[in-house]
Amino acid sequence: MTASEILLWVALPYITIAVFVTGTVWRYRYDKFGWTTRSSQLYERKLIRIASPIFHIGILAVLMGHVVGLLIPESWTNAAGLSEDAYHLMAVGIGAVAGVCTLVGVSLLVYRRRTTGAVMAATTKNDKTMYVFLIAAICLGLLTTIIGSGVLGDGYNYRETVSPWFRSIFLLNPQPELMAESLPSFQVHAVAGMLLFIIWPFTRLVHAFSAPFGYVFRPYVVYRDKGPHDAGNHAPKRGWEKVG
Amino acid sequence: MRVMAQMAMVMNLDKCIGCHTCSVTCKQAWTNRSGVEYVWFNNVETRPGQGYPRTYQDQEKWKGGWTVKRGKLKLRSGGRFKRLAQIFSNPNLPTLQDYYEPWTYEYDMLLSSPLGEHTPVARPKSLITGKNMKIEWSANWDDDLAGGPELAPKDPVLVKIKDQVGDRVKMEFEQAFMFYLPRICEHCLNPACVAACPSGAMYKRSEDGIVLVDQDQCRGWRMCVSGCPYKKVYFNHKTGKAEKCTMCYPRIEVGLPTVCAETCVGRLRYIGLFLYDADKVTAAASVENEHDLLQAQLDLLLDPNDPAVQEAARRDGIPADWLDAAQRSPVYKLAKVYNVALPLHPEYRTMPMVWYIPPLSPVVDALRDTGNDAEDVDNLFGALDTLRIPIEYLAELFTAGDPAPVQSSLRKLAAMRSYMRDVNLGREPRPEIPAAVGMTEESIYEMYRLLAIAKYEDRYIIPKAHAETARDLEELACAVDYDGDPHDASGPFGYASGRPVPVAVETFHALKERQTSEVLIPLDAVRMNLRSWGGGGQSDDE
Ligand code: HEM
Ligand code: SF4
Ligand code: SF4
Repeated sequence: MTASEILLWVALPYITIAVFVTGTVWRYRYDKFGWTTRSSQLYERKLIRIASPIFHIGILAVLMGHVVGLLIPESWTNAAGLSEDAYHLMAVGIGAVAGVCTLVGVSLLVYRRRTTGAVMAATTKNDKTMYVFLIAAICLGLLTTIIGSGVLGDGYNYRETVSPWFRSIFLLNPQPELMAESLPSFQVHAVAGMLLFIIWPFTRLVHAFSAPFGYVFRPYVVYRDKGPHDAGNHAPKRGWEKVG
Repeated sequence: MRVMAQMAMVMNLDKCIGCHTCSVTCKQAWTNRSGVEYVWFNNVETRPGQGYPRTYQDQEKWKGGWTVKRGKLKLRSGGRFKRLAQIFSNPNLPTLQDYYEPWTYEYDMLLSSPLGEHTPVARPKSLITGKNMKIEWSANWDDDLAGGPELAPKDPVLVKIKDQVGDRVKMEFEQAFMFYLPRICEHCLNPACVAACPSGAMYKRSEDGIVLVDQDQCRGWRMCVSGCPYKKVYFNHKTGKAEKCTMCYPRIEVGLPTVCAETCVGRLRYIGLFLYDADKVTAAASVENEHDLLQAQLDLLLDPNDPAVQEAARRDGIPADWLDAAQRSPVYKLAKVYNVALPLHPEYRTMPMVWYIPPLSPVVDALRDTGNDAEDVDNLFGALDTLRIPIEYLAELFTAGDPAPVQSSLRKLAAMRSYMRDVNLGREPRPEIPAAVGMTEESIYEMYRLLAIAKYEDRYIIPKAHAETARDLEELACAVDYDGDPHDASGPFGYASGRPVPVAVETFHALKERQTSEVLIPLDAVRMNLRSWGGGGQSDDE
């Protein structure tokens, strides 16, 4: 086990989790006002009508795929009578469709950002950085799908190395050697993914945490009392505000 | 019965001269920031006309408000699941082009151009992209019927009438009529914006019914914008949050009228309380026949002089001074007692709480043009029966197309005119005039005092918010910061992120920046502030 392997497959994952969790909590407490989708539909509606749904449905499917592929041990699906080949075929099929949707969607979104003057003007450095990390993770992810499925090379069963390593992190019993022996493409994708999660809390991506499922359960019309501080967005501090 | 109080407004359209003072003072108070350059919480549109945003009344297109399907009230844009499914891109959202692209002028060119053969020009620059632009539309492009024959026929209300009565509109439209319609948020009893908001950030205040957006809870799903049939929620494209008319609640809470009302040149706005039965709102909004909606809405309003209502109000926590204010409320008198004020588009089923006294002037003008005595009661009544188009138009606006309530309201106004003319000219007053419209001499005189004399203290009966229930009155805050890269100038995570700065501090920074700066200040770094505006506030050509 080299030092860099320990760094990449033990230290980095824990740093990622720490930054992701504390960063999100901190951001939520510090910046409720900046916590939004920052929708740009007001500027342009034709392209976003296609791009945004394709991208989002794609990425949400990809996320689901990761949950299933990384969290559910191979032994469980085997026990459920799903053979490795059948699982593989299913995962690669759904994964490829979702991945391609995501890539097409994100490409359209970026194209739209570049070509629509108003959207371009509203794009911040933060957005640009986020897109670099997001697209890197998506492209490398698609690469692992292609390689893992055997379209390129011999195919690879990541559920014997990457997935147990992923679970070992959360079981507080890290097994870096599993990841160290997997394919370079998977290693690079994993690192890109971790970097994406490290910047996540500090970008517009936080909107994903606010997916409004509660809407389904609440009454249509909301009443609120003028209780303390609910209408203003800043709690008064003691003493004087700093001026200048 | 569950009694709730609602702060409401009535506008007397006959008095509106279309000066836009209300819009400008409102803008200066509330939307003089970048991100809401295109936003007018108060706008004044010429009718017939397309309105702002263009054709917002065409609900077939914009899908705002509610409909009734098999007796059940539904948002026109669909159920909850449909809205969530459409969250990634909202099919009913207007774009900036439907409002207008805001701009400024290159004023500096007028001063700094080198001496030359040609007079320097100040080109228009988009406040969105900073680029040169061609001005093609604005918040009131068709003001005073500008572009009449071409633009006015696209008025969704005219289109609707035309479908019903065919070519007659066109012909009689030649004898044009025109009036102004000032609009703010209706602070509806059954707000579609609140119902459409997925994150529950929009709410109706239980004390006074004012509808607000919680800026900390809004997540930018922009469903309220399309949900509101009046298009009175706006998306701040810089902060990514929804904003709307607040009915100037910081003023209302201390007993002052809204800015638009306070500054109205025609003194045509009335503010006061309604008491209503909150338990019956949904049923009232669900009545099948659109023509019954007005009556259903009127039936919601409770009589503050009825002892049973007073008893229930006390039980439901309405303070004594609020009950007193409700009894003296000018809006209650105009809507329910004299029954001359009508709600705007009751067929949207949001139970809007800004009411309008329809304008008699189109009728009076038409009458005068034909050489008749336009203040004679018989002439006026006759004209009200024969001048179909203006009446049908007004009915389409205020009563879902039912001409009877509009006619009744206008007859009362006409009766008041004629009756008071006799009084003012020292002639014998004719009691048969009020009687013809079901009023007494006293009540028509009181209505005259309220509508024509319109004293400040009669127009606004606004009880103060109760200190024991009010939150600490804190200054409104707005997140803007001036350090660092002007492009992300305003916060670490994009415009207006981070801890908001109180307005006074922010204005202090902005003024200092503007007064000490050598260069034009980039457009996204400052609030547009007409009071302290130096003509800058736009980015360079590239
Ligand atoms: C269920 C969860 C989510 C919901 C409801 C949601 C919703 C939205 C909405 C409403 C927008 C604004 C679109 C507009 O401009 O009008 C948006 C933008 C965006 N979302 Fe999501 N999102 C979700 C999850 C995610 C996830 C998981 C990611 C990425 C990992 C993501 C990435 C983005 C990006 C990159 C944009 C900016 C698009 C642009 O270039 O304008 N979202 N999202
Ligand atoms: S008029 Fe005001 S309260 Fe009514 S739906 Fe529109 S924004 Fe909401
Ligand atoms: S200030 Fe009064 S008179 Fe002038 S446009 Fe506004 S409502 Fe009409």
